[in-house]
Amino acid sequence: MAAGVAAWLPFARAAAIGWMPVANLPMPVAPAEKNKRQDELIILNVSGRRFQTWRNTLDRYPDTLLGSSEKEFFYNEETKEYFFDRDPDVFRSVLNFYRTGKLHYPRYECISSYDEELAFFGIVPEIIGDCCYEEYKDRKRENAERLMDDQEDNKDAKLPNMTFRETMWRAFENPHTSTMALVFYYVTGFFIAVSVITNVVETVPCGSAPNQKEVPCGERYTVAFFCMDTACVMIFTVEYLMRLFAAPSRYRFMRSVMSIIDVVAILPYYIGLVMTDNEDVSGAFVTLRVFRVFRIFKFSRHSQGLRILGYTLKSCASELGFLLFSLTMAIIIFATVMFYAEKGSSSSKFTSIPASFWYTIVTMTTLGYGDMVPKTIAGKIFGSICSLSGVLVIALPVPVIVSNFSRIYHQNQRADKRRAQKKARLARIRISKTGSSNAFLHSKRNGLFNEALELTGSTEDEKRLSKSTSLLESQHHHLLHCLEKTTVSVLILELFNHEFVDEQYYQQSYLEGGLQNYPSRSPSLSSQDGVTGTCCTRRTKKHHTPLPNASAPAHMQPLTHTHTHPQGLQELSTIHIQPLSTSRSSLNMRVDEPAPLNCQSSQITTAIISIPTPPVTTPEGDAHLPAGPAHQNVVKVSAL
Amino acid sequence: MFTPSKTNQMRGDLQHFRKDYGFSRKVLLNCCLVRRIITWASPNPQDSVEDELELSAVRHRPEGLEQLEAQTRFSRKELQILYRGFKNECPSGVVNEDTFKDIYAQFFPQGDASTYAHFLFNAFDTDHNGSVSFEDFVMGLSILLRGTVQEKLNWAFNLYDINKDGYITKEEMLDIMKAIYDMMGKCTYPVLKEETPRQHVEVFFQKMDKNKDGVVTIDEFIDCCQNDENIMRSMHLFENVL
Repeated sequence: MAAGVAAWLPFARAAAIGWMPVANLPMPVAPAEKNKRQDELIILNVSGRRFQTWRNTLDRYPDTLLGSSEKEFFYNEETKEYFFDRDPDVFRSVLNFYRTGKLHYPRYECISSYDEELAFFGIVPEIIGDCCYEEYKDRKRENAERLMDDQEDNKDAKLPNMTFRETMWRAFENPHTSTMALVFYYVTGFFIAVSVITNVVETVPCGSAPNQKEVPCGERYTVAFFCMDTACVMIFTVEYLMRLFAAPSRYRFMRSVMSIIDVVAILPYYIGLVMTDNEDVSGAFVTLRVFRVFRIFKFSRHSQGLRILGYTLKSCASELGFLLFSLTMAIIIFATVMFYAEKGSSSSKFTSIPASFWYTIVTMTTLGYGDMVPKTIAGKIFGSICSLSGVLVIALPVPVIVSNFSRIYHQNQRADKRRAQKKARLARIRISKTGSSNAFLHSKRNGLFNEALELTGSTEDEKRLSKSTSLLESQHHHLLHCLEKTTVSVLILELFNHEFVDEQYYQQSYLEGGLQNYPSRSPSLSSQDGVTGTCCTRRTKKHHTPLPNASAPAHMQPLTHTHTHPQGLQELSTIHIQPLSTSRSSLNMRVDEPAPLNCQSSQITTAIISIPTPPVTTPEGDAHLPAGPAHQNVVKVSAL
Repeated sequence: MFTPSKTNQMRGDLQHFRKDYGFSRKVLLNCCLVRRIITWASPNPQDSVEDELELSAVRHRPEGLEQLEAQTRFSRKELQILYRGFKNECPSGVVNEDTFKDIYAQFFPQGDASTYAHFLFNAFDTDHNGSVSFEDFVMGLSILLRGTVQEKLNWAFNLYDINKDGYITKEEMLDIMKAIYDMMGKCTYPVLKEETPRQHVEVFFQKMDKNKDGVVTIDEFIDCCQNDENIMRSMHLFENVL
């Protein structure tokens, strides 16, 4: 029931008295009206701007936030008003909806912010009034297209495990993904051009012997042209078969437009091969050669503009149909008129109505060849009317097609621009994220520094450092610290845990993992010096360094390693770090050096933690772990 | 452009608007624009001065609050509430028949309430000027909600008596009955048959028509109703509506 109707319900109920004398049965009892309170004003404070309305106004729509008891959550006892921390400008529209029953969409408002506000207040956007609905829908569609374009780009990404077939298909569809694909792309493009040029040149009259009439080049150099044609067709056939093999859904591929064009392009050749012996059908064979020109459509894989044109024509099919229909109507009308007008004159070219069609078409499209000209006065008058109306009829649907093309073209331009800007945007976002990850590491060092200071007892330095982090930041950092402390490897006696680390360290340690020893600093570590030898010896060594890149050492180790070790988890952590980062490990242990850590933080991109993989004691588990790239077991934490 | 085509276009737009949901938009338009369009599109050209008067008459302002308070049995606050609801739906101050029908039809989505709304409109429009102003509205409601049983029965009789001649004939009653059954719509259980209204009319006349002269007068009606328990009880049903 609409809003205003609720106000008339008392009237409808009162009017029901008109039924009473007619009724035979007793009426049901009316619902009791509990605490019939007087209508009161309520104050809605939206980000400081106060709106006031009757409570009944809001009660009109009980399935929204303001109309139900949900607004009690926002009630402020001290000020006796309902406080919403939302946009007051959009709230105007929302409140007007309650008052008038119509929801309007303000044009200057961003569509997604408006949607969010509506979702917050529990209002379905479909009830936007007709005055604003179209605009709303248009903007929403535009926005969705924009987001969809952004998502589409992601599918270019290479999935880790692609079969040969999938790789091939991807190479065919996106030539820029690999060099081979690019080479193939250009080669096929070249051959298409060669084939088309061959077909064209074939018909040019070559120089001839003086006593003979001119023959086209095709007949003069038959063998050469035949060889060229054969080569091109072979290339196209191979390409088609490869695409057919690689296609994820062969049936769908065979039905697609491009594949049909491919088939039509190469078929005449094969039919020609089969049919050369039979002289009767040579006429048809000649006709088939016309289809060779379809090879030029193969260029649409290479040109985006062509694809846009094709797509535009497809989307304007109704306008084109209308154009065709109206033209046909006009042609028939004028042809008939001209025929009868010119019937009287002698030696008239307008021999029949279909013969007049040609005149009408030529005149309406303002070509005016002049091969058929009206001679009578009536014919001339109608001819001039015909040409004037031709201009009008053709000019009407064309702007629609043009605007469609323009819209699609601009959309594509925008998509390309967004794709180009995307890299820069992502890089900027990454930098800002690493800023926050840096803050955590920085605060950790500062915390360490604070501990050191506590030991040494200087207070003003401590104050200087502590005020640089806000409460929120410090709580966040504490949380991350707790996570670090949680990921304790259970089987090892000494307490070391995985830590957040800079990517730089990760990479360095990953590369030099097998090469360096960790100079032991931990008092709890056994004093056995590690020898970088076989992985087994490394494993039995108790020099563990707390590094989160658990899978990396596993990756480094040869796959043939099948030893079962009791310390299943440890093997994942036996990576050696260079001395530069020793100070990091010292966070776990007591502080030996109070000097601030000299971590280079210039090229940090993301912080990485790794999920400690469950302890594996089976050989298969061992072999499984290193499968795949190292970062499979590593979880990137970038949104700090 | 010329005026006639503009009015045609506006009429077309109006019809386009009418198709939609959104009750108050229709009301707004119907109250003001319909009158305007009919004025402009009417073939006999009126004086422009008269046009102005016609337009200004569309914006109706009710009598003062004190007068209405005196004439009806509503308190000041109740009148305020009533007027706010009334004016919200009909900013021009008057309700014409189409709007009235639309409003009433919103409460009975299953059936067709237009016939009954037509009768109701005539019952409310006491001065028969084709539109229900706020005073008519409030007077009617005052009787229905705060009147004595006698007054209510009187009002009901007035409703049934379509041609206002003081007698309810069988044909009038049949019209009313059909209108009421139309409001039920088709989806009823058990299914309503064609002759159900007629039978109902027969039952009614048997009860009400004491002297069997084929018509029911006001006295017969009131007497009969006062003797019927059900009717008496139901008269008090909507007393606390407002």
